[in-house]
Amino acid sequence: MPTADNEQVIDYSKYPDERGHFGRFGGLFVAETLMEPLQELREAYEKYSQDEDFLKEFDADLKHYVGRPSPVYFAERLSGKVGGAQIWLKREDLNHTGAHKVNNTIGQALLARRMGKTRIIAETGAGQHGVASATVAARLGLECVVYMGEEDIKRQTANVYRMKLLGAEVVPVTSGSKTLKDALNEAMRDWVTNIDDTFYIIGTVAGPHPYPAIVRDFQSIIGREARDQMLEAAGRLPDALVACVGGGSNAIGLFHEFLNDKEIEIYGVEGGGYGIETGRHAAPLTAGKSGVLHGNRTYLMSDDDGQIIETHCISAGLDYPGVGPEHAWLKETGRANYSSVTDEEALQAFHELTRIEGIIPALESSHALAYATKLAAQKSPDDIILVNLSGRGDKDIHTVAELEGIKV
Amino acid sequence: MSRISKTFELLKQQNKKALIPFVTAGDPQPGFTVPLMHDMVSAGASIIELGVPFSDPMADGPVIQAADERALEHHVSLSDVIAMVKAFREGDENTPVVLMGYLNPIEIMGYQRFAELSADAGIDGVLIVDMPPEEATEFTALMTQHEINTIFLISPTTSAGRIEKINKYASGYLYYVSLKGVTGANTLDIDSVTEKLQQIRAITGLPVGVGFGIKDGETAQAVSRVADAVVVGSALVNQVAEHQNNQQIMNKKVSDVLSDMRNMMDDLA
Repeated sequence: MPTADNEQVIDYSKYPDERGHFGRFGGLFVAETLMEPLQELREAYEKYSQDEDFLKEFDADLKHYVGRPSPVYFAERLSGKVGGAQIWLKREDLNHTGAHKVNNTIGQALLARRMGKTRIIAETGAGQHGVASATVAARLGLECVVYMGEEDIKRQTANVYRMKLLGAEVVPVTSGSKTLKDALNEAMRDWVTNIDDTFYIIGTVAGPHPYPAIVRDFQSIIGREARDQMLEAAGRLPDALVACVGGGSNAIGLFHEFLNDKEIEIYGVEGGGYGIETGRHAAPLTAGKSGVLHGNRTYLMSDDDGQIIETHCISAGLDYPGVGPEHAWLKETGRANYSSVTDEEALQAFHELTRIEGIIPALESSHALAYATKLAAQKSPDDIILVNLSGRGDKDIHTVAELEGIKV
Repeated sequence: MSRISKTFELLKQQNKKALIPFVTAGDPQPGFTVPLMHDMVSAGASIIELGVPFSDPMADGPVIQAADERALEHHVSLSDVIAMVKAFREGDENTPVVLMGYLNPIEIMGYQRFAELSADAGIDGVLIVDMPPEEATEFTALMTQHEINTIFLISPTTSAGRIEKINKYASGYLYYVSLKGVTGANTLDIDSVTEKLQQIRAITGLPVGVGFGIKDGETAQAVSRVADAVVVGSALVNQVAEHQNNQQIMNKKVSDVLSDMRNMMDDLA
């Protein structure tokens, strides 16, 4: 068990180690054919993440193309209704393409271009990462293939069409559970076959080293902006951070900047589906066990035979049986707290924010909101909770309407 | 000397190359596997690679993915696969058996328990597709302690430096994956295979097997000219899939493919 003592000595900015480990998590668990391409990616990233021109171009794109910085917003009416701590929102929903995903795809696509790759592949669950990948591919004139589970294609028709409009080929994945994890398998298979000209843009902080570090670094803009913005708007840092966790990229994006600020509480919220006790959820940190999948050691939803269990969550973006290894480690060191909220609670939060603040949140982000309101109720009005509103909910209105028996 | 080394030694004396069939354990159903293993030995198999079914076989093409799914419909677990090898050993003490699969089932079972059960069942080698040597220190030591060989893959993208590293962790034989891609891929370029094998042999003293893209007697023969072992998987699993409803025909079709390969390979001598 972690102790307060060892927690104090960890400098969270120094991880992963050179072989991609966050404590006992992370690492490089892939077939041999991918070892050299991953080495090549590591070297390219090491070079360009120090390269002034690269960083300048990345920053300029975030500013002029994505529309950053995204504001922080004090949700005054929501806070008033909850009657506890102040709830502030980091408005990643206002980014171009409607979610935080684009921060990372821009970074990786710029990297792909510098590495001379002409073809981009991506996996997607809710479609947000697919759309963000197709978007940057269109802008840079790169070929783009997106793998998406057949089930997810059914629940995210608008995003599928969006990707096609952007010129991407959307390949339905029919193996396994036909969702995000299977799309990831299929993207890996494509990559291993086409490594010479293809760059695989992983959308979350999972996968083999160096992906968890690369995606985190590109998403960390969220937390860096939030620090300055909170100091300016509230005159101090927040007391607690809340974000939803599927693979965990928006959460790490917010958390990472604050990991060494030990007085700030950190909460990750997983998809509790029909409830943890039903076994039908997507909450590996809350109810899973340590294992190896998709290139890294992490917490997984896996049965006693080591087979990966099918997950359930109302939001496709959280419907994943694994989680980024850095989260697994933050859970183990005790630096962050992880719990889950159910589909129903998330839906309630979805409606609440929409009606009270005039902001339609993504169902993913609604999980964070649901938890934040519970947390706020236990705190005083002097406390500040900053929630990462990772995406907007336009893509989800059909899901919500259908659940409520309304025809749109 | 391990059963695997003995097998290669013996083949060398006979001026022959090893033929290594791969099938997924429990495909199409658990009861079929042990009889199929015996039939494959009669048809000329030197070593058997037995796939451990996994829900997310990332390095495999559609043919072996489907095989895993068929086996998993019957909930074939790692323990079941080990039990199959133990049953096979009752009728065959000489043919080495190598388990091939993904790491998670072994992680969940625990390395120690896996090593003990495998040694007890007479398993000779283990090849974990998603565990490169960088992550294999503890596992390899434990396997060595239980006299089980650890087999590693080399791919067309593997540099000389990495081959050296892999060679330090490998025992039994090395498995050269002749193509960039997943299992069941199409074409094999014998010239580039020959070239890469020269590079590998300059570094290792272990026998080198070649797999991926071997589908008939002709490709097996071509590869056996340059390699110590020919690994064939998807071509056999295709037969299993096609004849899954008739065990007798299935075993015969698989055996036919293997006998044809065996004959073509031995014709070289």
